[in-house]
Amino acid sequence: MDSQTLIAVVSIITAGFTIALGSIGPALAEGRALCEALRAIAQQPDESSTLIRILFVGLAMVESTAIYCFVVAMIVLFANPFWSPATGG
Amino acid sequence: MNLDTMSPDQVVYAQWGVVSINATLVYTWVTIALIALVVHLVTRKLVISGKRTRGQQFLEWAVESIREEIGQAMNRDPRPYLPFIAGLFLFIAVSNVLSVVPGYVSPTASLSTTAALALCVFLAVPVFGMTSIGIKRYLKSYFEPFWLMFPFNIIGELSRTLALAVRLFGNMMSAGKVAAILLAITPLLFPIIMNLFGLLTGLVQAYIFAILATVYIASAVNVTSKQVDRREEMTEQLG
Repeated sequence: MDSQTLIAVVSIITAGFTIALGSIGPALAEGRALCEALRAIAQQPDESSTLIRILFVGLAMVESTAIYCFVVAMIVLFANPFWSPATGG
Repeated sequence: MNLDTMSPDQVVYAQWGVVSINATLVYTWVTIALIALVVHLVTRKLVISGKRTRGQQFLEWAVESIREEIGQAMNRDPRPYLPFIAGLFLFIAVSNVLSVVPGYVSPTASLSTTAALALCVFLAVPVFGMTSIGIKRYLKSYFEPFWLMFPFNIIGELSRTLALAVRLFGNMMSAGKVAAILLAITPLLFPIIMNLFGLLTGLVQAYIFAILATVYIASAVNVTSKQVDRREEMTEQLG
């Protein structure tokens, strides 16, 4: 297997693992955040608009890590600097 | 195959030297023209009292609810910030919702558009901060709570701008790609469901973008430093 094929194989596997492992943590954390927000809304329905807004902002913050992993996977797959067909083409 | 082939940036309609008209640009203009046309048609005959048209009712509801949200998020008068944030929200929401129209490619599915929108927010935060609380006090806030935090505050600002751009881009691009892939695999019912789900996430992402912009501006404008306040109190007392 020449080096270009090897780089392609490793890139594909790495991209898969990156996005798979990178989305576990944020998904669990967002589930926890949603659960606590629902409990808070059930306890104080009047404040629900504030709670929902804070929930969305918090979810966006927590999602950032998953997005970084997604970006790395995309770069490795589609803008790989070590794979010459990608940089040459 | 590189990052460009995943976005409407790749489809070029015309090119003069270094300037090229690609699909992102064309669909951005289409979105802007559509919003401007609809709003112009509605605001031609506005009535203050009496029977309003449905369009006026709808636009009034939209502006009122956005203003309400901004006011609650910022805890102050929302009117100076309304044009900017409502413009962000309307552009992103309309371009995301119109993505179900066949032949229309959402301009936010391209990293160029989302990066431009995130840059607008990145520039708007210091502008609003400086016009609200003064240049010196705003710049001093970068050294809060401890002067060593200055590089971390700067890095935080840059990273949240990047996160804004990539979050919107990732959501919109993946919705389009998932729909395209599903059309190749199970073309009957599932792509329609995924398209509708893409509508929902599009609206949620528009809301998140606008609310995050509001929260960033609020954190820049609501800056109160204990030292600055005490010095102001003392100067007031002395004279």
